[in-house]
Amino acid sequence: MAEKVLMKGNEAIAEAAIRCGCRHYFGYPITPQTEIAAYMAKRMPKIGGTFLQAESEVAAINMVIGAASAGVRVMTSSSSPGISLKSEGLSYMAGCDLPALVVNVQRGGPGLGGIQPSQSDYFQATRGGGHGDYRMIVLAPASVQEMASLTAKAFDLADKYRMTAMILADGTMGQMMEPVELDEGGYTPVDKPWAASGTGMQREHNIINSLSLVPEELEKLNFARYEKYKAVEENETMYEEYMMDDAEICVVAFGIAARVSKNAVIAAREAGIKAGMIRPITLWPFPAAPIKAAAARCKAFISVELNMGQMIEDVRLASECRRPVCLCNRVGGMIPSPEQVLGKIKEINGGVQ
Amino acid sequence: MSRVTLFAGHYGSGKTNIAVNWALKLRETHERVLIADLDIVNPYFRTRDSLDDLTRAGVRLISSAYASSNVDLPALPTEMYAITDDTASLAVVDIGGDDRGAYALGRYAPGILEENDYDMLFVCNMYRPLTMTPGEAIGVMREIEAACGMAFTGIVNNSNLGEQTGPDTVLASLPYAQAVSRETGLPVRFTSVRADLAPALAGRVDNLFPLTLQKKCY
Repeated sequence: MAEKVLMKGNEAIAEAAIRCGCRHYFGYPITPQTEIAAYMAKRMPKIGGTFLQAESEVAAINMVIGAASAGVRVMTSSSSPGISLKSEGLSYMAGCDLPALVVNVQRGGPGLGGIQPSQSDYFQATRGGGHGDYRMIVLAPASVQEMASLTAKAFDLADKYRMTAMILADGTMGQMMEPVELDEGGYTPVDKPWAASGTGMQREHNIINSLSLVPEELEKLNFARYEKYKAVEENETMYEEYMMDDAEICVVAFGIAARVSKNAVIAAREAGIKAGMIRPITLWPFPAAPIKAAAARCKAFISVELNMGQMIEDVRLASECRRPVCLCNRVGGMIPSPEQVLGKIKEINGGVQ
Repeated sequence: MSRVTLFAGHYGSGKTNIAVNWALKLRETHERVLIADLDIVNPYFRTRDSLDDLTRAGVRLISSAYASSNVDLPALPTEMYAITDDTASLAVVDIGGDDRGAYALGRYAPGILEENDYDMLFVCNMYRPLTMTPGEAIGVMREIEAACGMAFTGIVNNSNLGEQTGPDTVLASLPYAQAVSRETGLPVRFTSVRADLAPALAGRVDNLFPLTLQKKCY
């Protein structure tokens, strides 16, 4: 039976992770995600789990590599500058095909930036901050409830595809408090015959390594990995459509920007403008199909983002440049207001024939 | 009525909203009221966010110059000593969450204890995951007391589910608050609810305290 509680977004991620079997957390504190670590520090010792504050982000991600190699559910969390530090590890995890959860509660950048919310790590999350050809499954929650449900989903997808899954949230989502219904939890462990979890003297050693010195072999590994990515694109894309049936202006937004935009769409409808919204829930794989479909019938797209225009590139690609795609944004820790988005909807509606 | 009222509790329990509303209420009947923000843990959701309302009402706000700024520094101004020095004012003290937040109070505890005219209230919410049972809530109370060197004198029941709070949400929490009260021997000083819920609960909950909350745009 589900119970209803009042949680911060950061706490919801931590509790959801525990409920779906995560017993290993390695991290290093950084605002605005520190509550994840604080919650884990309180809870893990009581349930026989491991909370470890590493000496750095680099150390933490390498601990994640170790635990994931042993086949257990493991996670780390950080905020933008800390994710940059973890990026080498993310590339190694991709090269080792290791499942794990990495949470990024974004803040304004570049550099140390500020501690207010941002979505400026979209490129980094969807294009890979580390080197090499690889993808991560990137999930973008837009409520505290989704902070919990997408955490469970992320662990399942990571195990299913042997990939790193990332929750890409922002400071607002991490700090806001909302009622949440938590599942009793539990999960069915996935068989991990590849894991370095002991041979039991029954099999050969499993070696987990991203080093591959024979080019023909490394090419094969990359081809195989991209076959897997194709399957993820085909089967795991998630999005929400809001008032899109007859929409002429299509707003595209995720996370906190989608919450603001939803209010703007409602206000636009009240003003007689046929606005709608597509909210990507997976940022990779990006929901290209619904955007392509919308391009056949909408007049224009508005990409609402807390960055200088990053997702807008995916909207343009998905719509195949058939319609104008405009940007409505705030940056540096600022959040667009519903009035700003409504103003843009009105402007575009008036200007596009 | 004690001269100093302190609000402490688990983080996210509603301390800051309650402290701001309490200070504004005191100002209706008292000329000199100050509110002090002792939170050096969480850089968000600070007393300073209500600066306009407090200034308009004539409540003096004492807080870190860095509160609600992008500078995440655990600093407190010397002006904070007004809590104990300015005995002509009623003081409302908003303490940071959990034991970590309460350490900062230790610096001011000797003065408050010496004057011995204070109420230290434990704010609790039955719907917060780490204080869902009376036992868990009392555990947090004891950690806070150990951190700041002061003992609680009363309980504030702020049980709520945010926007989904209804009268039944509050009514269902009364046995919880009573259990915390019984097991600690401390009175439930008041039950705080969003202002629009107060009419439905009037007469059904003792010592109801309606709260005006800040507007959200998402």
